[in-house]
Amino acid sequence: MMEAAMQGNMAPVKKRQKLHPKEFLMWVFLVSVFMIFAGFTSGYIVRRADGNWVEFVLPVGFLYSTILVVLSSISAQWALIQARKDNLDRVKVGVGITALLGIAFILAQLNAFNQLVEIGMFLVGNPSGSFVYIITGIHALHLVSAIIVMFVIFANVFRYRVHSKNLLGIRLGTIYWHFLGILWIYLYIFLLIMN
Amino acid sequence: MSHNHEHHHDHHQESFISKYIFSMDHKMIAKQYLITGMIMAVVAALLSLLFRLQLGWPEDTFPWLESLLGDWGKGGRLDPNFYLALVTMHGTLMVFFVLTAGLSGTFSNLLIPFQIGARDMASPFMNMLSYWLFFLSSVIMLVSLFVESGPAAAGWTIYPPLSALPQAVPGSGLGMTLWLISMTLFIASSLMGSLNYITTILNMRTVGMKMTRMPLTIWSFLTTSILGVLSFPVLLAAAVLLIFDRSFGTSFYLSDIFIAGEALNRQGGSPILFQHLFWFLGHPEVYIVLMPALGITSEVIATNARKPIFGYRAMVGSLLGISFLSFIVWGHHMFVTGMNPFLGNVFMILTLVIAVPSAVKTFNYLATLWKGNIRFTPAMLFAIGLVSLFISGGLTGIYLGNAALDINLHDTYFVVAHFHLVMGSASMFGMLAGVYHWYPKMFGKLMNEKLGYLHFWLTFAAVYLVFFPMHFMGLDGVPRRYYNFTGFEYMSEWMDLNRFISVSAILGSAAQLIFIWNFFYSIRKGKDAPQNPWNSNTLEWTTPVERIHGNWPGEIPHVHRWPYDYSVPGAPQDFIPQTVKDDDLPETLRAPKVAPAPEHATAEASTTETLLFSRFLNLFGLKRA
Repeated sequence: MMEAAMQGNMAPVKKRQKLHPKEFLMWVFLVSVFMIFAGFTSGYIVRRADGNWVEFVLPVGFLYSTILVVLSSISAQWALIQARKDNLDRVKVGVGITALLGIAFILAQLNAFNQLVEIGMFLVGNPSGSFVYIITGIHALHLVSAIIVMFVIFANVFRYRVHSKNLLGIRLGTIYWHFLGILWIYLYIFLLIMN
Repeated sequence: MSHNHEHHHDHHQESFISKYIFSMDHKMIAKQYLITGMIMAVVAALLSLLFRLQLGWPEDTFPWLESLLGDWGKGGRLDPNFYLALVTMHGTLMVFFVLTAGLSGTFSNLLIPFQIGARDMASPFMNMLSYWLFFLSSVIMLVSLFVESGPAAAGWTIYPPLSALPQAVPGSGLGMTLWLISMTLFIASSLMGSLNYITTILNMRTVGMKMTRMPLTIWSFLTTSILGVLSFPVLLAAAVLLIFDRSFGTSFYLSDIFIAGEALNRQGGSPILFQHLFWFLGHPEVYIVLMPALGITSEVIATNARKPIFGYRAMVGSLLGISFLSFIVWGHHMFVTGMNPFLGNVFMILTLVIAVPSAVKTFNYLATLWKGNIRFTPAMLFAIGLVSLFISGGLTGIYLGNAALDINLHDTYFVVAHFHLVMGSASMFGMLAGVYHWYPKMFGKLMNEKLGYLHFWLTFAAVYLVFFPMHFMGLDGVPRRYYNFTGFEYMSEWMDLNRFISVSAILGSAAQLIFIWNFFYSIRKGKDAPQNPWNSNTLEWTTPVERIHGNWPGEIPHVHRWPYDYSVPGAPQDFIPQTVKDDDLPETLRAPKVAPAPEHATAEASTTETLLFSRFLNLFGLKRA
C-alpha cells in the first residue's frame, strides 16, 4: 500500500522512532471524543449554577458498571500482552471476555437507568436528570462501537490476523477501550461530585 | 496504489469512478472540495441577492419572484418568513460549506501532502469518506431549501427557542431538522478531515522538513485543524441536546415558554446554555475560516514580493496565539445576555488581546511587501486585498470587543459590516488568491491574467461599496435581520443607502461570473503551465505538471532549507528551492560547517535595517529559522 511504499522510501535514512500514523490518528480522535464530553460536563456545570435544579442521589447501579469497566480494561490489556507473546488461544479468551464485560456494562447502565426511573428521574423533566441520561447514554453509544471493534478483533484472531507481527489493530482497539473506561470513570466521579 | 504503481504510474489503470468519483487521491479530493464549495458559494450568493432585493426595494413588487419562489414570493413580494430563512441559509452555507469546507478542504488537501513531501494523506480512505460526508451534508442542506415549510430560519447560530420548538416558525419544522442532520454529517466530515491533516503534518514530513521549515500555509492548516478537533465536538454536544429538546421533550434550553398564549410543559432549561456551547465552537470557527486564508496569503505575498517572509517565527507564534486565545473569548458574543460584568470584563480583555497577534501578522505582511520586487499577479492582488480587508475589518473588532460599545452595537449592521469584512470577504479573498496561485498545480494550465485583474478590481470595489456603508447604518442603530425598514422613521432615512448597497452587491456578484468563466474555460483552453510558474521555493512545484499518483515519480525530494529563500544576495537566481543543498550554492552562501552562524550571515541581506530588525526580534526570541 501507499504507506508501506512511503516507509520503504524513508527506510535508508535513520529516523527517530515515531508513533504509527494510525495510532496518532487514534489519539487525536480520542481528543475529539473527549471534547464532546467536555462540552456536556461544562454545560452541566453552567446550567447547574443557574439554579432551578433538582438534586438527587446517583443510583448505586452506576457503581456496578464502573467495576465492570475496570475489569474489562484489565482483560483487554491481558489480551494485548498475550497477543505480543503469540498466545492466540489466550488472546481469544481475553478479547471475548472484554467484549462480554462490555455488554455487561451496557446492561448495568440500563439497570442504573431503571433505578433512576424508580427514584422519579426521567429523561424528560428537570435538566439535572436529563443530563445524566444524555451523558451516560452517549458514552454507552461509544462503548457499543468499541464492543463492535472487539468483535472484529475477535474474528481476526481466528483468521490469524492478530499476532506479535501484526499488533496495530488490537493495540488501537485496546487504546480505545481503555480510553472509554477512563472516560467513564471521569464521568462517574463528575456525576458523583455533582450529586 | 501498490508499491509498483508508484514507479510505473503510466500504466496505472483507473476506472472513471475510482479516478473522478470515489477517488482517494488528495489532489482529486481537493478539486472535488473546490467545485462543491464553488457551487455552494453561487447558491449562497444568489440567496443574498434575493434578500438584498427586498432590502433595497421593500415597496416594489417583482412578478418574476412569484414564478421563481412560488408561495414564498406571492404577489411578487418576498415572504417575511422566507426572508429569515434566506439570511439563515446564506450564513450557514457561506460560513460552513464555502469558507470551512471549501477553503480548508480544498487547500489542506491539495497542499499538505505536496508541501511537506508526502505521497498522500495518512489515511486516504478517511479523506475520501470526509469528502463524501461533506457532499451528502451539502445535498441535504440544499434539499432543505425545497421543503414546503421552508429551510431553517433561526439564523446561522440557530439559537433556541426558534430552533428547539418545531412549532415556533415555519422554518423550525422540517427545515430545522434537515439543518441539524446536515450539520451533524458536516461535523463528522470536518473532524475526519482535521484528524487526517494533523496526523499527516506531524507524521509524514519528508526528510529534512523540520517543523520550522514548513511553509506558513502548512502551519495555518495545522492550527486550523487543531481548532476543528477541539471545537466541533462541542457543537456536536450542543446539537445532541438540541435534538433531544426538539424531538424527545427534554428541556435543556427551554423554560417557561408560551406559544400563542399557551404555556408549554417545559421547565428548568436555559437558552443561554446553548449560546455558551455554540460560541465555544462559534468563535474558533471564525479562525477556522480565516487562518487558512492567512496562511495562503503568507505564501503568496512572500513568493510574489520575492522576499523572505518577515518574521517567520512571529508568524507561527501569532497563529498559535490566535488559536489559543480563540478558545477563551466566546463570551464576547454574549455581552447582552445579562452576563456578570466582571466576567464580561475578562472576556473583553482577552478579546482585545487578540489584536496583538493579528497586528503582528499585519505588520509582517506589510514588512514583507516593503521594498519587495513585487509581481502583481492576480493571486498577489487578492492577497494584498486580504491584508486591506483584514485591517479595515479588524479595526472595528476593537470597537465590538469592548463590552460598553458592544451593548449598543450588538445585532446592528455594524456587526454585519465587521464580520463580512474581516472574516467573510477576507477569507474569500484568501481563497481566491489560493485558486489563482495554485491553479497551475491543480489543472496544469494558467488562468487568464487580464480577466483575473478585472475580477479583482470589480470584487475589491464591490466588497467595500457593499460592506463599508453598513458601518454607518449600524452606528445609527439599524438592526440586522429585519425584513423591512420602512416602518421606522429613523431607519427609513437609510433607504437610499440600502438601495446603493443592493446595486453594489448585484454588480459584485456579477463580477464573479468573470471568475467562474475564467476558471472553467482555462481548464480546457488555458495556456499550458510550466512546472514552476511563479518561481516558488516550495516542494509542490518540484512535482511534474501532469499530476501523478504518489506526486513524485521517483523518490520524494529531501529538504535542505526553509521555504522563503527569495532574493538571496549572491545566489544564481532570485529563489533557492527547498530541495537545493548548501553544497550546490556559491561558497559565500553556505552555512559554516562548525559553529552555528550568526543568522544574518547566511541568507538575509545584511543591510543595517535588517540587522537592527533581527537584533530587535532576538530580544523577543523571534529568531528566524
